[in-house]
Amino acid sequence: MNTRNTKVMNRFDVTSRLVAKLKHEEAVIGGIGNTNFDLWAAGHRPQNFYMLGSMGLAFPIALGVALAQPGRRVFALEGDGSLLMQLGALSTIAALKPKNLTMIVMDNGVYQITGAQLTPAAGVADIVAIAIGSGLANSAWAADEEDFERLVDDAMAATEPGLIAVRIDDKPGVGTTRRDPVQIRERFMHGLGVREPL
Amino acid sequence: MAIAEQRTSPQAAQGSEGSWHGIVLQTLKRNEISLIPYVPDRVLTPLIKNLHADPFFTTFATAREEEAVGIVSGAWMGGRRGAVLMQTSGFATLANVLASLAVPYQIPLIMFVSERGTLGEFNYGQSLVCRTMRPVLDSLALEHHTITRLDELEFITDRSIRQAVTTQAPVALILNPLLTGGKVFDK
Repeated sequence: MNTRNTKVMNRFDVTSRLVAKLKHEEAVIGGIGNTNFDLWAAGHRPQNFYMLGSMGLAFPIALGVALAQPGRRVFALEGDGSLLMQLGALSTIAALKPKNLTMIVMDNGVYQITGAQLTPAAGVADIVAIAIGSGLANSAWAADEEDFERLVDDAMAATEPGLIAVRIDDKPGVGTTRRDPVQIRERFMHGLGVREPL
Repeated sequence: MAIAEQRTSPQAAQGSEGSWHGIVLQTLKRNEISLIPYVPDRVLTPLIKNLHADPFFTTFATAREEEAVGIVSGAWMGGRRGAVLMQTSGFATLANVLASLAVPYQIPLIMFVSERGTLGEFNYGQSLVCRTMRPVLDSLALEHHTITRLDELEFITDRSIRQAVTTQAPVALILNPLLTGGKVFDK
């Protein structure tokens, strides 16, 4: 949308800014592809979960964590292409109103990882307008990095689910997540205090 | 006899202990499964209604079945048990999430599938999509049971839930029209 007065940021930089603010063992769900690659590259935490498939399910997985642990704040990182696959999830989250869930959408308008093809929404749809229309009133574009950090600070004290959309460049992810799904899941459960290591 | 009663009497939906849906609800509760996202189905209506009415459960509709799978997977990792309710046609949308989330991450995903497409189906598309269900389950070597008898329902459901949790593997419990009465043309 050409009406957005937002700076084009960088996924790894923005993700690193989020991770630097996590002081209370907040859970973070990284969506498929570059989104979780940059979460990995920002420095592994026991409370990080990395998706190696199931495109579009970062927000539903995060909703499940948020419902299971209402006392823990949960962040979910998702790409715009992934979100387009599961827009109905926004309404589900709006209906359930988990106080502890914050969604972050990295919007570059392309499927970067498959060759930077344009998404069907590129240039025509507005992620924040979709989120608000889905019932998530607490949704906003981050104008720049400082504004993103301010929105994350607000999210830490939020009493309703929120969505932060970030316009990003078309750079690939900085790292590559180790593709070991059982270990990822098990360590995440340790990080959430659900299990002890053997 | 019990089946015929359930199909004709709406009162049967009010949590009657011996009905198929009453047994499913009690078995879920006994196994501490409290999060129930679903995509609705006519046959599941009394179960869904009674789950909504019971404050032990958090019961809600999702837009798609794979969304519900994502939710209960996240909840499992956060220490809360869930189960997904759906219809046969909904199961047909799940191959990707089963193969890329539930199976490789070893998540005890518990699915209840109301079986359409057989024993009196009136919609050709339903009967076709039903034929894809067991081959998909078998291709991933997933545990599944087709429940046809009321007297076997509790045993199969209870044991299957326990097995899913202890072996960290998904299970599909297929609720056959012989158990539920199914959906017929005049409904």
